[in-house]
Amino acid sequence: MATAVGSRSRSGRNLRTWGAAGLFMLPALGLYALFVLFPIVQAARYSLFDWNGLEPLDQFVGLANFERALTDPTFLGAVNHNAVIVVLTLAIQIPIAIGLALMLNRRFRGRAILRLIFFAPYVIAEVITAIVWSLLLQPDGLTEHFLTAIGLGGVYAPWLADPDTVLLALFFVITWKYFGFHMILLLAGLQGIPREVEEAAAIDGASRWQGIRHVTLPLLGPTIRVSVFLSIIGSLQLFDLVWVTTRGGPVNASNTMAVYMFDRGFVRFQFGYGSAVAVILFLMCFVVALAYQRWVMRRDMEGATTYG
Amino acid sequence: MVATRWRSLGILGILVMVVSACTSGGASSQPSGGASVAPPASDAPASAAPSGEPSAEAVTITWYHIQNNDPGLGLWQKLADEYTAAHPNVTIDIQVNENEAFKTKLTTLLQQGDIPDLFQTWGGGGLRQQVEAGLVKDISADVADWKAEINPGALSMYEVDGKNYGIPFDLGLVGFWYNTKSFEEAGITAPPATWDEFLTTVETLKAKGVTPIALAGKDTWTGAFYWAYLAVRNCGQAGMDKAVVSGDWTDPCFVKAGEQFKQLIDLEPFQEGFLAAPWDGAGSGAAAQATYNGAMQLMGQWLPGTVNANSGGSREMGEGLGWFPFPAVAGAPGDPFDGLGGGNGFAVGKDAPPETVDFLHHLVSLDAANQWGALNSGILPTTVGSEASVTDPTMASVLEGRAKAQFVQLYLDQATTPELGGAINEAVATLYAGTGTPESAAEAINAAAGQ
Repeated sequence: MATAVGSRSRSGRNLRTWGAAGLFMLPALGLYALFVLFPIVQAARYSLFDWNGLEPLDQFVGLANFERALTDPTFLGAVNHNAVIVVLTLAIQIPIAIGLALMLNRRFRGRAILRLIFFAPYVIAEVITAIVWSLLLQPDGLTEHFLTAIGLGGVYAPWLADPDTVLLALFFVITWKYFGFHMILLLAGLQGIPREVEEAAAIDGASRWQGIRHVTLPLLGPTIRVSVFLSIIGSLQLFDLVWVTTRGGPVNASNTMAVYMFDRGFVRFQFGYGSAVAVILFLMCFVVALAYQRWVMRRDMEGATTYG
Repeated sequence: MVATRWRSLGILGILVMVVSACTSGGASSQPSGGASVAPPASDAPASAAPSGEPSAEAVTITWYHIQNNDPGLGLWQKLADEYTAAHPNVTIDIQVNENEAFKTKLTTLLQQGDIPDLFQTWGGGGLRQQVEAGLVKDISADVADWKAEINPGALSMYEVDGKNYGIPFDLGLVGFWYNTKSFEEAGITAPPATWDEFLTTVETLKAKGVTPIALAGKDTWTGAFYWAYLAVRNCGQAGMDKAVVSGDWTDPCFVKAGEQFKQLIDLEPFQEGFLAAPWDGAGSGAAAQATYNGAMQLMGQWLPGTVNANSGGSREMGEGLGWFPFPAVAGAPGDPFDGLGGGNGFAVGKDAPPETVDFLHHLVSLDAANQWGALNSGILPTTVGSEASVTDPTMASVLEGRAKAQFVQLYLDQATTPELGGAINEAVATLYAGTGTPESAAEAINAAAGQ
């Protein structure tokens, strides 16, 4: 009898707690549903139709839009370009950021100024970055004049105008813009590492390199993994910079998935097909994000997200 | 723990349903909501009053146009004021948008079913899509009395299946704009009249160390002009009409157009880095021509204004610029004076009050067209008899070219769908970027047309 009463009162308390929690969450959940879930559901629905945005939504085509995207060499090329950017970012941009963070974590004169300078590009809006760099890289622009002035005039080529070099040129601009962000992130991580651990290693006779390799970097692991995560997602969604500098050209040589989606949807008015591309992009990011959190960041986020 | 997660998911699910229910409910209640508003006559059925004798009831006409800068902005306002002064019962709600912003805005409005009474259109495939979606009014009967006042070539761009859905107020022509100084210095006395002469002109300029052609390769529609013009020459009006309407682009004349364009491309006539050059702004095709880094450019009648804007103050409007029509192609079936161009017009929304067409007539009256012409703003009026009002010499030469053209092909990306237009621009770009052949380009276009 007593247990029955107890359980009833406990469930009553549970209900009250959840009622209150639900009440507090309602506005946030409402906004989330309206501005996140609803559009996703809509896009998924549109992706099953051949729709130009004007006619009634009545030409159901099933998965034909997906089939078309996955067999279109232009889209596959765009996927490939995203993959190249991901690999280059991880292989070049993150190591640069780690190196600079390690350097700027030591005490020396001018450290604050350097931190500021390296971080500054990140503060500039992406569209402005794109405009500035297309001005700098154009023929007769500052880059050409600078290279000529230091006797390297022959090195210059209009890189953004050459299908063979445009992706590398864009990667350079991306790195210029984002290495400072990752550097600051890693610096914050470095400051969280207790000095004593590094000192202990030094006293035990570890060289500077050994200390970094076996003590600092492993302890910096969680931050590096966050940096890598943000880089991958950012590279998969790359849009503004490419759209403004090259619009995916010349001849699709710098197309990315998001640029392709925007072009097909909003420039060529194939909203059904564009939605299908958006769904593919969403699923790729979603799977990558879940897999990464589940297997790579699992230790870092114990109890926070997916369960084993 | 698991149970609570499911419960929160349930709440979410309900919310989604509530939200979607609200949205669809809101959309469906919108039209009927209009009925409760006091008597504005915009709800009056179209048959209530024929356009010739507008009703005296208070009427509001919503008008979307894109002349967002003076002098055009002021002229439209003035014409609207004149009309409302003569028709006190009519109120005109003018909505002005910049070109690109307008396209987005109109798409949203049309999707909502909130169709403007009178709105900017470029005719062709875009208008056809709107007509097929039942958003635009067939005004054939309303304009039958006065449509002879409008240039027939221009008018036909706003017809769908032989019916009038819009009225033009402007029609321009694409042609070659050249720096007169560069031609003089190279000893070229007469502009080339045939494609072979044109190729020779390019070689002459190149031999003099002058970049022969400025091309804005980033904006692929500019390069597509070459292919489209050569297609007009090689296919003729009949061939173009057939391809545009039927979607069959397999005629060998389209490959031939690519081959002739390739002759030009192989001379490497374009400025350095042209593949990354936009049409307008820093490093653009317009800037290249303004700074004499490109003697010629195939472009519409808006070129002088853009070159002036990109010259950094070094060139006045139209200064040092000449114009010649696209050269004839020897042995090609198309009439050598046929043109490629397009312009601006207005379409009437399906629920527009009957006064709208009368107002539209006022906007394209000879008096209004003469005022447009006198502005020399790049708008080339299409009302018959207004040609003399254009006094600017370069614009007058474009008009002369337009007058000789028996047939003006609307820009291909507007004549077809935005989808096919994009594919054409992309396919032609593979020619001048060196990644495609005339055959592969024509195949890509035909494949896109069948999609």
